[in-house]
Amino acid sequence: MRFSTLATVLVAMVPLAHAADADRGAELWEQRCTGCHSLDANRVGPKHRGVFGRKAGAVADFRYSTGVGNSSVVWNETTLDRWLTNPQAFIAGARMGFRVGEVADRADIIAFLKRESGM
Amino acid sequence: MSNTIILPSSINQAVSRRRLLGGSGQAVLSAGAVALLAGCAGGMASSSNTAANDVAILNVALGLEHEAIAAYQLGAESKLLDKPVLDVAVLFQAHHKEHRDALAATVRKLGGMPVDAKGMGEYATALNAGAIKSQGDVLMLAARLERGAANAYLGVIPSFKDAELAKIAGRLAADETMHWTALAGVLKQNLPAKALSFAA
Repeated sequence: MRFSTLATVLVAMVPLAHAADADRGAELWEQRCTGCHSLDANRVGPKHRGVFGRKAGAVADFRYSTGVGNSSVVWNETTLDRWLTNPQAFIAGARMGFRVGEVADRADIIAFLKRESGM
Repeated sequence: MSNTIILPSSINQAVSRRRLLGGSGQAVLSAGAVALLAGCAGGMASSSNTAANDVAILNVALGLEHEAIAAYQLGAESKLLDKPVLDVAVLFQAHHKEHRDALAATVRKLGGMPVDAKGMGEYATALNAGAIKSQGDVLMLAARLERGAANAYLGVIPSFKDAELAKIAGRLAADETMHWTALAGVLKQNLPAKALSFAA
């Protein structure tokens, strides 16, 4: 590939990169996640504040599935992205089946969770 | 808050019938609903992992329904609701009880153990019921939960291995959306400006 062609391809790819937007993530989280989750209270799902950087299944007073409870996963951008893409495919035995289909939506929700976790 | 809900006569009749049949809003389970959900499970146990995943999702849904029932109970017992609003709350709670019973029946049909409801005190704490001071607060909480439940049901549709269960999730989402729409109207909230606003 000639340099000029490669440069054109790279320039064309730039808009595809998504800068995660925690504010938009807050709106998405409110819309999509609050059916089961709160930031500071365990409900159908565990509380979300502090989830970023936390080991899976580590909220002391929440009863997890065996799969999540035994998991060694630590939640970060990569693991949360895989989780939100398809939870039951990422951790066998997970109860959560809720998926977020769009890459940008997942990134923004994760950015919000990271911010709310003080990171 | 002086907002009231104008009920179509058919809904008023349904509320009255429920009271006759079920006392203070007790669930009157439609046999058809159970048959619909339980019947579709007949051929589903071919893969234990597949069934287990579907059961897990159904149990999460059941947990949502338990919470919704508790939320409406908290609202009804708050003495903050005007009579017409209370009637609608009782009706919506009855819908959630039908969802609960149908989901529990399906979980059992698939060989699972339906998740139990938590204690009312636990729901009150988790939903911050202590902060509810007005009818508007009750309705705001209910609207938030209904919208969340609608989105939750829509979000699990791709995960169901059985297409019939996915369809049921869509029907449950429709019920929750209907609840949210009614509540949003009472709260004078703007309807979404754009289409496809749920699960988005």
